[in-house]
Amino acid sequence: MNIMTEAATEELLEKKMNAVPLKMVGKDVSVFYGDKRALYDVNLNVRENTVTALIGPSGCGKSTFLRTLNRMNDTIDGCRVTGMITLDGEDVYDPSIDVVELRARVGMVFQKPNPFPKSIYENVAYGPRIHGLAKSKAELDQVVEQSLQKAGLWNEVKDRLQEGGTGLSGGQQQRLCIARAVAVSPEVILMDEPCSALDPIATAKVEELIHELRTNFTIVIVTHSMQQAARVSQRTAMFHLGNLVEENDTDKMFTNPDDQRTQDYIMGRFG
Amino acid sequence: MSTTLLFAILLVIAVVAFILGRMRAGALSQGRSSALHSRPNYYGAFAALVAFLPPLILVAIWLAVSPFVINSAVRDTFPQEVKGQSQAQQSLAFGMVSTIARGLPWLSEDEVRAVKQDPSSLQSVFAGKGVAVAAEAQPYMLDSAATLNAMAQTSRTLLSALAIALSVVGAFFALRVVAPRFRARNQVERVMLWALLLASSIAILTTVGIVASMLTEALRFFNAVPAHEFFFGTVWDPRFAGAGASSNGQFGLIPLLAGTLYIGFVAMLVAVPVGLFAAIYMAEYASPRMRSLAKPLLEVLAGIPTIVYGFFALVTVGPFLRDISAQLSGLVTGNYASFIQAQSVITAGIVMGIMLIPYVSSLSDDIITAVPRALRDGSLGLGATRSETIKRVILPAALPGIVGALLMTASRAIGETMIVVLAAGVAARMQINPFEPMTTVTVKIVNQLTGDLEFTSPQTLVAFALGITLFCITLALNIYALYIVRKYREQYE
Repeated sequence: MNIMTEAATEELLEKKMNAVPLKMVGKDVSVFYGDKRALYDVNLNVRENTVTALIGPSGCGKSTFLRTLNRMNDTIDGCRVTGMITLDGEDVYDPSIDVVELRARVGMVFQKPNPFPKSIYENVAYGPRIHGLAKSKAELDQVVEQSLQKAGLWNEVKDRLQEGGTGLSGGQQQRLCIARAVAVSPEVILMDEPCSALDPIATAKVEELIHELRTNFTIVIVTHSMQQAARVSQRTAMFHLGNLVEENDTDKMFTNPDDQRTQDYIMGRFG
Repeated sequence: MSTTLLFAILLVIAVVAFILGRMRAGALSQGRSSALHSRPNYYGAFAALVAFLPPLILVAIWLAVSPFVINSAVRDTFPQEVKGQSQAQQSLAFGMVSTIARGLPWLSEDEVRAVKQDPSSLQSVFAGKGVAVAAEAQPYMLDSAATLNAMAQTSRTLLSALAIALSVVGAFFALRVVAPRFRARNQVERVMLWALLLASSIAILTTVGIVASMLTEALRFFNAVPAHEFFFGTVWDPRFAGAGASSNGQFGLIPLLAGTLYIGFVAMLVAVPVGLFAAIYMAEYASPRMRSLAKPLLEVLAGIPTIVYGFFALVTVGPFLRDISAQLSGLVTGNYASFIQAQSVITAGIVMGIMLIPYVSSLSDDIITAVPRALRDGSLGLGATRSETIKRVILPAALPGIVGALLMTASRAIGETMIVVLAAGVAARMQINPFEPMTTVTVKIVNQLTGDLEFTSPQTLVAFALGITLFCITLALNIYALYIVRKYREQYE
């Protein structure tokens, strides 16, 4: 009786999927910039301690969706979000939710490295300071060191913590920004094309880092590079023209996608 | 021929040359525009420029030089005894002659003959024609005046003939040069380049001229009063001009400088917090609609003439402060004597501060908005509030630029005149009570240069020394501010 019915297979898959708890759930998420609609009823789940990659051609809404997860869209004039996004079951757009607290739990790393014009130490200590995560100087030192270590930057900068963060190389700057995000001890880290401004060696380092971070954090990464998505993620979601085309295990997505459009995009037929 | 008419004729020739040049270019190309190096309009413009510019330069030089030539020729006709007189008297005589020369064309021939027979009647005859002659005319003056008129007439006719001839020759030359491969566009553009250069050098040359004239006058002042007495003197008491050498006053700069800096300081105390907070609100918090409404309104403040601020201070703020201080002292001591004078450091400072608010806010606003959005996002993405982002990331990043903006504002405060003239008082004193009047460098410049003046006395010349001092202070502030702002710009590039 090794032959399973189709229904049984489905059930098994379902079980396997449900084994990993959902960290964030997006339900019917739509985003408008003024009169222009950027996202159409996206339903997408983010699993705990998983790297979820969002792929798709330029302007497909993947960055927009990413920014709804920690409400960074709030800072854009004329942006409106409908639908529901939950973090551990709480609606993040609920009026009772403090957006500042949400962003402390859902950190973000941007496309272009954007260290503050302060020292390396101050860059990392910024988050812990404003959230009061360290009670003493020694504790703060420890947080900074741990964060830099987690970001794989400690050995490179430990002797020049007081030098300016803007003086680092591009790849180091981006890892500094990751350390800065990690220092707040978020639960989820959002990365918006974190390697698009980096050279291949720096990219490899950041990708390695993403692998390691996965054990402690839930990661959502937007990327233009399908190879990168295949390398770093376990789950992949494909966006096209503001719609979620397909969400699947990365292995399946890149070998045997369900949707023709995904197939075409991965094969390089458009995008 | 008058100069205006001459210019009109030259312009007409230029326009004709333009039209002919364009037509000729069109004819040469036989309708195929690709055969021409430049667009037909450029050939026209080239012809017009060649027809107009050389005569223009000729006219300019001629008009500048010819008066000197005529002047010396006329002086040569003066009788020997006049030539023997002093330079000043000769100038006086020449002045008379040119006045008479101006009046002569108005007289009929009979009147001219009558005046020639009786030079003493000249004054009354000329007065009847509306020309005032200062003193009794000498017989030789009529002859000299006639010579002057004749020479001026000749000169003008000659100039007109030469200019028109040059223009016509230029036009023909240009038209002859026009050929399909002739690079008219490059030529015209080179002329335009020179025109642009000329325009930009005018501003620079004017600045140099102003500084030079101030310097020479100031040097004359320093001949009368030693520089150290001016720069380090603590008493300002210039006395009256012309009261004699015995009453030479004291020209100490220090009390004026103290007043200037004190009032400027009070003004900055008002303008910096208000302007900076307004800028932060505009740049970070205001909705686009609010911003589009409030920003122009705030900048209206910058458009109000400072004299209006001055009488606002004089009529409203000063009396208000005086009355409120009377009430306060009445409440505390029972004696309703005001301790703030209507004209005081604080009145002038507050009103000047209000005047400076738009400068501070609009300069700072530009600088704050220039901080890259990525830094804002980075901070907000870490869970910082807007306020924390502004305090810990944006302001530190914008600080050098803001300091530069504040220095520029300070230099405005130091150079400001009308408000302090009306609101600060004229007492040159050194004291630290902000409720008492003090005076500033600008106020004293105005004081020393108004009224009946003898222009060679130190009492007047001191104004130039004050002016050049003020100029140096504001220049230094501006240069330092520019240096800081430029350094700041490099940060994000």
